[in-house]
Amino acid sequence: MTPPLAQYALRLGDDSLILGQRLSEWCGHAPALEVDLSLANVALDLIGQATYFLGVAGDVEAKGRDADRLAFTRDALDFSNCLLVEQPNGDFAQTIARQFLFSAFQELQLGALASSKDERLAAIADKAVKEVTYHKQLAGGWIVRLGDGTDESKQRVVAGLDWMWRFVDEMFDMDALDRKLLKDGVAVDKAALRPAWDARVDAVLSEATLARPAPRRPVLGGRAGHHSEHLGHLLSEMQFLQRAYPGATW
Amino acid sequence: MLASKAPHSSVIPGAPRIRNDAADLIAKILSDVPDPEIPCVSVIDLGIVRAIEPDRIVITPTYTGCPATLFIEQSIRHALDNAGFSHVRLEVALSPPWTTDWITDEGRDKLRAYGIAPPPRGAANASLRNESHPQCPRCGSMNTEEISRFGSTPCKALWRCRACAEPFDRFKCH
Repeated sequence: MTPPLAQYALRLGDDSLILGQRLSEWCGHAPALEVDLSLANVALDLIGQATYFLGVAGDVEAKGRDADRLAFTRDALDFSNCLLVEQPNGDFAQTIARQFLFSAFQELQLGALASSKDERLAAIADKAVKEVTYHKQLAGGWIVRLGDGTDESKQRVVAGLDWMWRFVDEMFDMDALDRKLLKDGVAVDKAALRPAWDARVDAVLSEATLARPAPRRPVLGGRAGHHSEHLGHLLSEMQFLQRAYPGATW
Repeated sequence: MLASKAPHSSVIPGAPRIRNDAADLIAKILSDVPDPEIPCVSVIDLGIVRAIEPDRIVITPTYTGCPATLFIEQSIRHALDNAGFSHVRLEVALSPPWTTDWITDEGRDKLRAYGIAPPPRGAANASLRNESHPQCPRCGSMNTEEISRFGSTPCKALWRCRACAEPFDRFKCH
């Protein structure tokens, strides 16, 4: 059985990896050069985090799998990212909605993880949180520009937020693994981050002249490997090379 | 006579002092290893070398996603090997996280001369970091505006000078 710490590091790494892969789909297609640079830079940061977190998972698991093997040779059922990050990019507003909701959560999560008793996770979190603050500012700024922009930009960002909103609760969900590692002083109490997240998100939405989306029945399951069909398509592209040419290096 | 040598604490801000000649030589070698993305500054100027000892050096990455990280490690390894220091171990530490406050004064001057507005020293912990306007590295005007928070590399933002109308890179406070 995979050690709990390895599973936990895998979750952290998978969130970053899958969102980083999603964002990189924008590379060369974003509405403006500056936006293209921004999204590619955020994607790079996320993939960098994933490399570190998956590296810890591989070390703890001790089955000889490094970060690359974990990223490129697991199947969809073995991925434990939350469902929000695998959602399709949609239009630019939907991508920004996803980024804003996740970065606001990730900034809080990494801020708390920096005091983890596990020194490796704490070091990664302490480093990455500075970058994620930037991601949140970028996404928050666009929420305001789109929400307080034209009729069309507003309608699109409202639709984007509405689509993503059902996946919010899962980010804060605490299962048995989280509770065990929280007791050990390793994991973050995600549920306890919710009030701060609500306050930050509401502040930006209000500046963007947007109402909070109507409550939706939350969708959960990503942590246990129950994913939407979108993840399989993402993996088929991301993992193509290692699937077609196993062990290829250059 | 073994006269007390002047400490070279200026080489690595905030890091332990270099203790002997071997470490001194290694520091000299590293000061010739350029950053691959911003070749006007060395890895020493950027503050990513955190410790230099006769048998090991410790480096830290700038941004977690910086694609140059592996290349920098390889460049340092190559420079050490070429200079006959292949026995020196190269270690990577994430903690404490890199900050632009570790860029040397010399590094800041080199960035400016290269056309990149450097972050003011000590500004990474200031409450208004990245809020103040950088000085145009070309004409010196403070009348500048941000074009994009993300630039050609993770560490830079795009700015424009309203006085001379030239665009320029700003090294972000981090």
